[in-house]
Amino acid sequence: MKARVHVTLKNGVLDPQGKAIGHSLNRLGFPEVGDVRQGKFIELELAETDKVKAKARVEEMCRKLLANTVIENYSIELVG
Amino acid sequence: MTVAPEKNPPVKLPNEPVITPQIVAEHGLAPDEYERLLKIMGRTPTMVELGIFSAMWSEHCSYKSSKVWLKKLPTKAPWVIQGPGENAGVIDIGDGQAAIFKMESHNHPSYIEPYQGAATGVGGILRDVFTMGARPIANLNALRFGDPKNAKTRHLVSGVVAGIAGYGNCMGIPTVGGETNFHAAYNGNILVNAMTVGVAATDKIFYAAAAGIGNPMVYVGSKTGRDGIHGATMSSTEFNEDSESKRPTVQVGDPFVEKLLLEACLELMATDAIIAIQDMGAAGLTSSSFEMAAKGGLGLVMELDKVPMRETGMNPYELMLSESQERMLIVLKPGREDEARKIFEKWELDFAVIGHLTDTERMVLTWHGDVVGNIPIPPLVTEAPMYERPWTLTPLPPELDAAKVPAPTDWKASLLTLMSCPDLASKAWIWHQYDHLIMGNTAIRPQGGDAALVRVPGAPKAASHKGLAMTSDCTPRYVQAHPETGGRQAVAEAWRNITAVGARPLAVTDNMNFGNPQKPEIMGQFAGAIMGMAEACIALDFPVVSGNVSLYNETEGRPILPTPTIGAVGVIDDIATSAGSRLVQSGLALVLIGKTKGWLGQSIYLRELHGREEGAPPPVDLAVERRNGDFVRGEIVGRRVHACHDLSDGGLLVALAEMCLAGGTGACIKLPESDVAPHAYLYGEDQGRYLIATDDGPALVEAAHKAGVPAVLLGYSGGPDITVDGLLALPLQELRDAHENWLPGYMNSAA
Amino acid sequence: MKAAVLVFPGSNREGDVAQAIELVTGRRPQMVWHGDGDFEKVDLIVVPGGFSYGDYLRCGAMAAQSPVMAEVKKRAAQGVPVLGICNGFQIVTEAGLLPGTLMRNSHLKFVCADVHLRVETSQSLFTNRYQAGQVIKVPVAHAEGNYFADADTMKRLEDRGQIAFRYCGPDGSIIDGRGNPNGSSSNIAGVFNDTKTVLGLMPHPENAVEPMFGGTDGKALFEGMVEALS
Repeated sequence: MKARVHVTLKNGVLDPQGKAIGHSLNRLGFPEVGDVRQGKFIELELAETDKVKAKARVEEMCRKLLANTVIENYSIELVG
Repeated sequence: MTVAPEKNPPVKLPNEPVITPQIVAEHGLAPDEYERLLKIMGRTPTMVELGIFSAMWSEHCSYKSSKVWLKKLPTKAPWVIQGPGENAGVIDIGDGQAAIFKMESHNHPSYIEPYQGAATGVGGILRDVFTMGARPIANLNALRFGDPKNAKTRHLVSGVVAGIAGYGNCMGIPTVGGETNFHAAYNGNILVNAMTVGVAATDKIFYAAAAGIGNPMVYVGSKTGRDGIHGATMSSTEFNEDSESKRPTVQVGDPFVEKLLLEACLELMATDAIIAIQDMGAAGLTSSSFEMAAKGGLGLVMELDKVPMRETGMNPYELMLSESQERMLIVLKPGREDEARKIFEKWELDFAVIGHLTDTERMVLTWHGDVVGNIPIPPLVTEAPMYERPWTLTPLPPELDAAKVPAPTDWKASLLTLMSCPDLASKAWIWHQYDHLIMGNTAIRPQGGDAALVRVPGAPKAASHKGLAMTSDCTPRYVQAHPETGGRQAVAEAWRNITAVGARPLAVTDNMNFGNPQKPEIMGQFAGAIMGMAEACIALDFPVVSGNVSLYNETEGRPILPTPTIGAVGVIDDIATSAGSRLVQSGLALVLIGKTKGWLGQSIYLRELHGREEGAPPPVDLAVERRNGDFVRGEIVGRRVHACHDLSDGGLLVALAEMCLAGGTGACIKLPESDVAPHAYLYGEDQGRYLIATDDGPALVEAAHKAGVPAVLLGYSGGPDITVDGLLALPLQELRDAHENWLPGYMNSAA
Repeated sequence: MKAAVLVFPGSNREGDVAQAIELVTGRRPQMVWHGDGDFEKVDLIVVPGGFSYGDYLRCGAMAAQSPVMAEVKKRAAQGVPVLGICNGFQIVTEAGLLPGTLMRNSHLKFVCADVHLRVETSQSLFTNRYQAGQVIKVPVAHAEGNYFADADTMKRLEDRGQIAFRYCGPDGSIIDGRGNPNGSSSNIAGVFNDTKTVLGLMPHPENAVEPMFGGTDGKALFEGMVEALS
């Protein structure tokens, strides 16, 4: 089974990279782009077959390493 | 030529294409070069063999167009331990220590993918230096970009600087110096020349020559992927519109792995297990294994299926030509494999025995037991093509009469224009992105002196601190106007910059960046530059110990300015006796050393204020250069100098302005009586000159005259302005704003 | 004072801080490899600067999970002083020994420059050789030094005097974020834990201990620790 983890900055935390991406897009002729937030996408190959168990394990991975919960949120999607 | 009979002719791999003239051409081999290959092989090569010849005979690896000229450079001196031909040059710096250094270009990759191109350039030159047993202590880089108005320039500056920073900072090696120029001739072909200086014990230097039949060949570092396949052949051909689509061949760097590799190699080098070691740079496993075997006069068998691979389905052709980064090839003493493996595994790096040395002088490649390549080694080296290409020297342009160059109508505006022009504006935006302080040995930082000055770690404990001074220099517009003068000037300026901090210049590494050598006028630029450099290196006892040639720097037939970048290293016994260029104190006498004729030909003044690039470049009198420099150095180490700055781009007034800005102190000078027009006196670029700040001006002038050196007291430091009596009074703050705001303003403005 | 300096894959300023400690104590600190969960008893643990694990994922995140950091957390809880510098500060916050986090510099670039710091308190084993309000000059060298904590945490840090250093102008003033090299909240350059036995800071006092090599304004930090811990 695969787990797809998205890590994003919490609302209210300044995202200078997102801001820079937004500016660049505006400059490149995409004036319709407003606020931009960037984050990370992490794909994990798992041996686990039980979705509930897998979810719990990945949650733990997120809290322990993949995300910094002081400033980041995470979401988990299980595939296969 | 005799070819040993082939015992094991190679098998064809599944899907191996038939070698056609088209495939040969795609490998960058000329028809006569392919004929030469057939004669050596005695049969049609396999694909992997063709790829190997193509890489080894590329301009990049074989120096086929430049070799005849490079031989004219002096490479020996009593302090030279190793000249050109190894991974880097080695010089003796006393106390049983050696400085190991080299400069290398990564021009083409940096244009295609500026961040990765520049980053891997830094990674490559670092490996060249630590391969020889040295711990790198400093990086420098010489960068040339296109016209700032060119649409791509901003993106290239931003990417290259971030790439250099990303790699060097992570490695923990301070980036302490360099230079950055802009000129439209580099619009489609930027230059990224990176230099590394390292230090080792003179009795612990490692070389590439393999020895010991049966000894294991070991692969360490990162796994091999499909990075930069044919990078070496790519950088040996001109750019065209297509190169935009060559992106995937640019290799990606991992400075974290290189840091581990550095530590692991140094740890292994502290044992006596290594016989020979070579990094995998351009043409990867091919050139590293060939060089090791050829230098040792041996043969080798490599089992390519044992090479650690990052991707599935890789074939021998890809493995031999991949330019994946952060890899090394080592010949170990027999029986020391486990000891070595432990070290690399501790640093979480791959370690694999992939072959062994033989006495056959052949390179035999196997793939799951089958022979897939079998090449005689000596002829591949001795029969490599070497060309004495036709060349036409650039004639010396007529001298420009300074009287016919208009004086500025507004002196203040003229200085502000020069100090904020792209070539002279502050590069702080760049070097603040480089960690120039790590290791705690940086004594002279960027903009703090004419050369960077770094304490030598590991020198015997004493009250004094031995230092290495380093710089990189070239004035391409001089070389363009007259290559011999320009070559001479580049070497002289490097020597002068080392001298201006009080150090003894010792040796040079050269990075020759030129256009297409098949054009006689380009080959003539190369030849002329070499002649000038050779003359200067001999006159100044300044041998060339390492270097790199980058040709075909052209876009759509338009060549770059000829740019023979000179990297130089010097030594000072005690950093406490050095001098920077910062004017930090009021009341110091300002003395101009050297003769001022007011040479405006090819000057920055002429170009920036009058839009003209004309005339002969300023001549360099090497005997005068040496006499003036030796005097200045003596005064500095005799502790009679507070600050010293050589006069180069922009002449006297720009040098004074730079000293004032760096130290935050103004100055007031008065031009001496002379028949030189004031604008030629202030902005002329006569060579062999220095501006010195000292406590006792008259004493310095007298000492100079005694030594036969022209010297004149111009004025004193102090006050909030830079003042030239009767001509100019400019608040330092206004000058600073102009000087420091250009580059950040440019980089932050919309594309 | 017996000190240990941790070494992770990718650490690169461990030599600089070891050199500074040796200069002040006359004794080379013990270098401790990240895989060693157990090491000699020491008076001070230093988590040095660098790019542990290449700064991949998040600066300091992977180093914070190493065996040696589990041991450091245990000893810190027993009151053993911990000094985290630059990447060490990032590691120590990721490990939960200090509040807040270090984000990407607001201008998005690596910055290496001398900065002015205002010493906010002399009441700690790290800062006892400085005066409160004193301005010192030391370098920074980082790409992720932008300190961030939520409003409650910030208030608590202020109230309890847990702010050790602030970026400031040459005269000590803090106007409109002046002197702030990275966009850090409230110009924070270094913070303590609530017992002031753990200090994390982005600047490099270890690169300001010799007159010819960056000045000596950082030396008092090491001298102060020696005085407090010997």
